[in-house]
Amino acid sequence: MNTPLSIADDAGRRDQPTGILRWLTSTNHKDIGTLYLFFSFTMFIVGGIMALTIRAELFQPGLQIVQPELFNELTTLHGLIMVFGAFMPALVGFANWQIPMMIGAPDMAFPRLNNFSFWLLPPAAILLVSSLFAPGGATGAGWTLYPPLSVQMGPGMDMAIFAIHILGVSSIIGSINIITTIINMRAPGMTLMKMPMFVWTWLVTAYMIILVMPVLAGAVTMLLTDRHFGTHFFNAAGGGDPVMFQHIFWFFGHPEVYILILPSFGLISEVIPTFARKPLFGYRSMVIATCAIAIISCLVWAHHMFTVGMPVAGQLFFMYVSLLVAVPTGVKVFNWTATMWKGSLSFETPMLFAVGFLFVFVMGGVTGVILAIAPVDVQMQDTYYVVAHFHYTMVASTLFALFAGTYYWLPKWTGHMYDETLGRWHFWLSMIFFNVTFFPMHFLGLAGMPRRIPDYPLQFANFNMIASIGAFGFGLTQLLFLYTVIKCIRGGEKAPAKVWDGAKGLEWTLPSPAPHHSFQTPPVVG
Amino acid sequence: MTAKLMMMSNLAKASSWALLTLPGMAIAESSAKFNFQTPQTPVAHQIYDLHLIVLGIGVAIALVVFLFMFYAILRHRRSLCHQASQFSDNKALTIVWTAIPLLIVVGMAFPATRTVVAMKNTSSPDMTVKVIGYQWKWRYDYLGENVSFYSDLSTPRDQIENRAEKGENYLLEVDNPLVVPVGKKVRILVTANDVIHSWWVPAFGVKQDAIPGFVRDSWFEVDTPGIYRGQCAELCGKEHGFMPIVVEALPEEQYKTWLAEQQTKNKVVAAAASAAAEKTYTLDELKTEGEKVYGGSCLACHQANGQGVPGAFPALAHGPITTGPIAGHVDIVMNGSKKNPAMAAWKGQLSDLDLAAVITYERNAFGNTTGDIVQPKDIAAARK
Repeated sequence: MNTPLSIADDAGRRDQPTGILRWLTSTNHKDIGTLYLFFSFTMFIVGGIMALTIRAELFQPGLQIVQPELFNELTTLHGLIMVFGAFMPALVGFANWQIPMMIGAPDMAFPRLNNFSFWLLPPAAILLVSSLFAPGGATGAGWTLYPPLSVQMGPGMDMAIFAIHILGVSSIIGSINIITTIINMRAPGMTLMKMPMFVWTWLVTAYMIILVMPVLAGAVTMLLTDRHFGTHFFNAAGGGDPVMFQHIFWFFGHPEVYILILPSFGLISEVIPTFARKPLFGYRSMVIATCAIAIISCLVWAHHMFTVGMPVAGQLFFMYVSLLVAVPTGVKVFNWTATMWKGSLSFETPMLFAVGFLFVFVMGGVTGVILAIAPVDVQMQDTYYVVAHFHYTMVASTLFALFAGTYYWLPKWTGHMYDETLGRWHFWLSMIFFNVTFFPMHFLGLAGMPRRIPDYPLQFANFNMIASIGAFGFGLTQLLFLYTVIKCIRGGEKAPAKVWDGAKGLEWTLPSPAPHHSFQTPPVVG
Repeated sequence: MTAKLMMMSNLAKASSWALLTLPGMAIAESSAKFNFQTPQTPVAHQIYDLHLIVLGIGVAIALVVFLFMFYAILRHRRSLCHQASQFSDNKALTIVWTAIPLLIVVGMAFPATRTVVAMKNTSSPDMTVKVIGYQWKWRYDYLGENVSFYSDLSTPRDQIENRAEKGENYLLEVDNPLVVPVGKKVRILVTANDVIHSWWVPAFGVKQDAIPGFVRDSWFEVDTPGIYRGQCAELCGKEHGFMPIVVEALPEEQYKTWLAEQQTKNKVVAAAASAAAEKTYTLDELKTEGEKVYGGSCLACHQANGQGVPGAFPALAHGPITTGPIAGHVDIVMNGSKKNPAMAAWKGQLSDLDLAAVITYERNAFGNTTGDIVQPKDIAAARK
């Protein structure tokens, strides 16, 4: 069999396993990257089906399709699956494929640990999804799992806790691998300040993961012991405090969303300079901004808690610091725009998604600043305004960045050009349907529609109907993406080593498809 | 890029812009649908204005960015043979576009701070109401006035399940609204009985999480008489979307009249309840009353046919508790379940008669044929 991912390309490497055993035991960063990406897309579809069920129920007022308990379970699993099953693994998949090639390394620092990091994920995902079939169903406490509600939940909650533990371990050891690789295995001459931005953002992100994933593990373990072992961390009757969970969770939760967006920023920083045929504007300030965002993001967690009844000093502190994080984020947006300015722009699919990212991310950023204003947040917290904000920053931004990166590097990975027409259709349909789905949600939140409700008062009907139609359009469009990727894997116009004429970086010195083992001897970087 | 592709993408660009302006075209309908509800308290007014300012600044900055972006997209194209400059940094520019946003957010912080302080100032209220969140209703307790009552969704199940046409205030109507005087500072002490809820009235700009075991306060002063509606704003279980808040703001004189009526009514109801508790009822009388109580309090979880939801809410039909010893049945209904906290303690919420009736009903419905009768006197004895 001679697929683009075949290992027969390499000279003399016929002692490697093939078939299923290859994928189970591979310690190769390219294979593992592929595994992560296929896994993440599968979870994206599973989480997406849950979202479409939610939107189908919300198409009209009244309960038509699911009972409220199942609705809450779907809402919860949709969030957990998308964050931990789709987006984080996708970003790690990119890290695996690209970091060694971009720094001129033969593989990750710990190849066998890399294999283990991946293979922890499918059992965790099965545990999480199958919690739907546990007595009482999956947990319906929201992805934020606040007690005492989460303490009330059935065994599905415990299954979710164990799944989260396993997913967390995978992320932590993956991050250890990434940091060690980046620090130790750069080609001679590649100083830190010569690294591609994607590598920089992953270096910072990996440190954040190691800092906050154990905090999440602590929080859900305390939930577990409150549920079964007689502790009362979150039970006032025992001297505990439900709000303490919120503090601990969000100390993880806020950096988590920056964990999702920083590597996405890195992807955009790779794509825009290539298609502007200009160097990235302000490399130094990009690095500083990335570090500033990472540090500040660890100090803003209680802006998710503006209605719990914090004293004035608390409200003010978290408001001020949350406003502050807009400054380095703005610097990044200005830098990308300045990269485009006076460039020689072309708009192949990766660039379409990168520019689309800029458009929707700025919108998500503006609503973020609005939400940072504590008094305004009091009206918007737990409403569809927040749902709109985080879908603009996570779906539109992270997802579009992932699409940009996929189209950008697919020719390098497979040796074939993808179908540009299909790519454009994917972009425009995604862009239009995304906005049709989520823009009206700002208005729903402003008008007073709470989150996580399966049924709603009549004044919210029109925008909900529009959002549901958009959601189905958006979901179906992603099948087009799957088709385009599979088609590219199976064949297409042969791709040269330097796929894009404006591309710079070590990965473009390798042939397309990149050989199974690359940079066996490190290149020297000028 | 071929001409055909260019045309296609231009068309797509145009239509996506057109779609995005659809909301604008609908503005003729009602601008309230695109902004906060009309503010009815001083705090709500401040929030409304604050939001408009910050939104304006954000949109302005976004438009500036998009201006540069779209100019570059249109003019700095390879297809127009535009040559790429190779500049990659500009220290002065970087400092400017770091400093200006910093100044802007610092500027935003000033009016925002004033509003935060105002929202937290619950001192010198004219009256205080304790608000307690339950799964899945609210309870209001007028401190010092001896008036307290539950406030439960009054939208019929038929409407929710699409067997009847939905009323105008679908999911926003209750049996007993919170009644307050206009123009008086009302302090609310908010807590919860079971899980975290959140008391939210958008027109007031008040949202306060109700946390079990803790009391948090907030305040509002209503400008204009009227009926104001809100919803629970913290996921609290399956009926989270079905526990609305309705506040009726009356001119002060009318409020005083209402309050006096409530106090009289309470005395009457209390007297009737204790009289009722002395009576002895027949099985049929108890079953009839009990079915009503069941519909209002138990049906949501245990279902109309008593079959419950397997794994979540136990079946009462042929159940071990409903057909087992009466004392056990009385205990779990009155005191809740230690094993399963979702089963609340009803002794505080239901009268002796109601408890007796619903327990009797459960023991003689859904195919159960115990023939047992529980009298209000038995409940009163169990309370001791």
